[in-house]
Amino acid sequence: MKIAVCVSHVPDTATRIKIGADRKTIDPTGVTYIINPYDEFAVEEALKTKEKIGGDSIVYAISVGGDTNKESIRKALAMGVDEGILLKDDSIRDSFGIAHALADEIKSLGCEIAFFGKQSVDFDNSITGQVTAELLGYNCVPVVVDFKLEGSKITAEREIEGGREVVETELPAIITTQKGLNEPRYASLKGIMASKKKTIAEKAAAQSPNHSEIIDMNLPTSKQPGRILGTDSSAVAELVKLLREEAKVI
Amino acid sequence: MANKILAILEQREGSLKKVSYEVASVASKLAKELNLEVEAVVVGADVNDLNNISKYGIQKVIHLKNSEFSNYTSSGYTEAISNYSKEVNAVCLIVGNTSLGNDLAPRLAVKLNSGCITDCVNLQVESGEVIATRPIYAGKAFTKAKLSSVVKVFTIRPNVFKAELNENETCNIEIKEISSPNLKSKVVSFKKSEGKLDVAEADIIVSGGRGMKGPENFNLIESLADSLGAAVGASRAVVDAGWRPHREQVGQTGKTVSPSLYVACGISGAIQHLAGMSTSKYIVAINKDKDAPIFSVADYGIAGDLFEILPVLTEEIKKIRS
Repeated sequence: MKIAVCVSHVPDTATRIKIGADRKTIDPTGVTYIINPYDEFAVEEALKTKEKIGGDSIVYAISVGGDTNKESIRKALAMGVDEGILLKDDSIRDSFGIAHALADEIKSLGCEIAFFGKQSVDFDNSITGQVTAELLGYNCVPVVVDFKLEGSKITAEREIEGGREVVETELPAIITTQKGLNEPRYASLKGIMASKKKTIAEKAAAQSPNHSEIIDMNLPTSKQPGRILGTDSSAVAELVKLLREEAKVI
Repeated sequence: MANKILAILEQREGSLKKVSYEVASVASKLAKELNLEVEAVVVGADVNDLNNISKYGIQKVIHLKNSEFSNYTSSGYTEAISNYSKEVNAVCLIVGNTSLGNDLAPRLAVKLNSGCITDCVNLQVESGEVIATRPIYAGKAFTKAKLSSVVKVFTIRPNVFKAELNENETCNIEIKEISSPNLKSKVVSFKKSEGKLDVAEADIIVSGGRGMKGPENFNLIESLADSLGAAVGASRAVVDAGWRPHREQVGQTGKTVSPSLYVACGISGAIQHLAGMSTSKYIVAINKDKDAPIFSVADYGIAGDLFEILPVLTEEIKKIRS
């Protein structure tokens, strides 16, 4: 079976965001980019699925973007992914533009299942997997914390408010992964060495117009530091009074 | 007849979720400003309380009904709503940014050849266009964006928009039976989690961090949360250490929350955590290190020993609540 895992290349979560001069992008100076944390669960689940199915299954890591995205593709290769594909486009795409390129490639590769992180921790749109699935006419279960594939039948648990929904569906499908699904493996030294030798295929990303346009980007207005009411439980009475009378939240 | 804006309501077990009233208010407000006709749409088997929606400025509810719709089915709900939207030429859909809404909205957008902006915290009409404000990088920054497609889909963050009451209005409920729904993908059961309340839905959250010293001390957090009717949250450090389940994690790789009150106990305030909770209306920090970054976003703080402070605070809350 052909399995895809889609990865994005994002600023490290420890990054302090600065807005770029155009006020539509962030200032990349000094920013470290990493594979999107949720995509590591997707890579792990793709590899586990390949190991379970066996045979001549193959896992492709696909990313849409500029040359630097190759670093995240290489990370997936080092973890054990077979082939890396960069759908090259240096322009800025929204989730729909990215999904169009991914859908086109998943279709031409003939992948029956694709794993995505549940969201990229940059724009946090949390929709690329669902949009890709809908474009392909695939089933889709987002935010998955438990995944079983038997034949073509999928039983997946997805995290929702107050619990987990058990969803049944069938291949072909897209699964978006949430923390808790698995423990992503560390890349072995052998894996890292092998990944450096692999060629990452470069293809032009399928053309697609964006549906959304960013008009402005800004930082939240910084809050005035509040009041320290005391250093022990003698401050509790005042705290409760403020919460009741000033904040009116209790 | 004016073009339509649809408020997509969400029900679980036949009852409307709170966010549905926020969705209704937002849609009816936008309808006035954009000169559109507003309707609410709900997918379900039997749904109670639909009349209540009239209090939020909507006089017509379309109930897309089938006995298979008591549980969520992404394929079934998507097909039912997108077909209805096409039938009435809807130009704008407002959906709650819940687990269900975040699954449904992008699918509707594809079916309606539209764009979709998720997790909006503000929707404003400027020169006849809807401008959406939404957090990015888990709240470290914000964007203003607009959609260029003919049909527009927006999801709104729960707890941010006010559900505004309009009295003295009545509601017309129209039931449309949906025959042979698409059930390619279907929820077959629900496993309720142990915690009473979910951080994503709670109005008050009490969170614990590494300063709790161990999982056995979280009873202090739970007691305070109980006294306030709050959900229990956790920092990434304690989730990674296995003290608390991931569903409680607040922050950049957990949940981004905006409750009325956030009480951070023994949480120093890593940048990823602050990003996920700093839009809370009021923040209380209890931490022994007075220089901890959490105090820079807190409205009120006590810089002391939480093991001494929390039991007293819990007692005090119980007193005023009884």
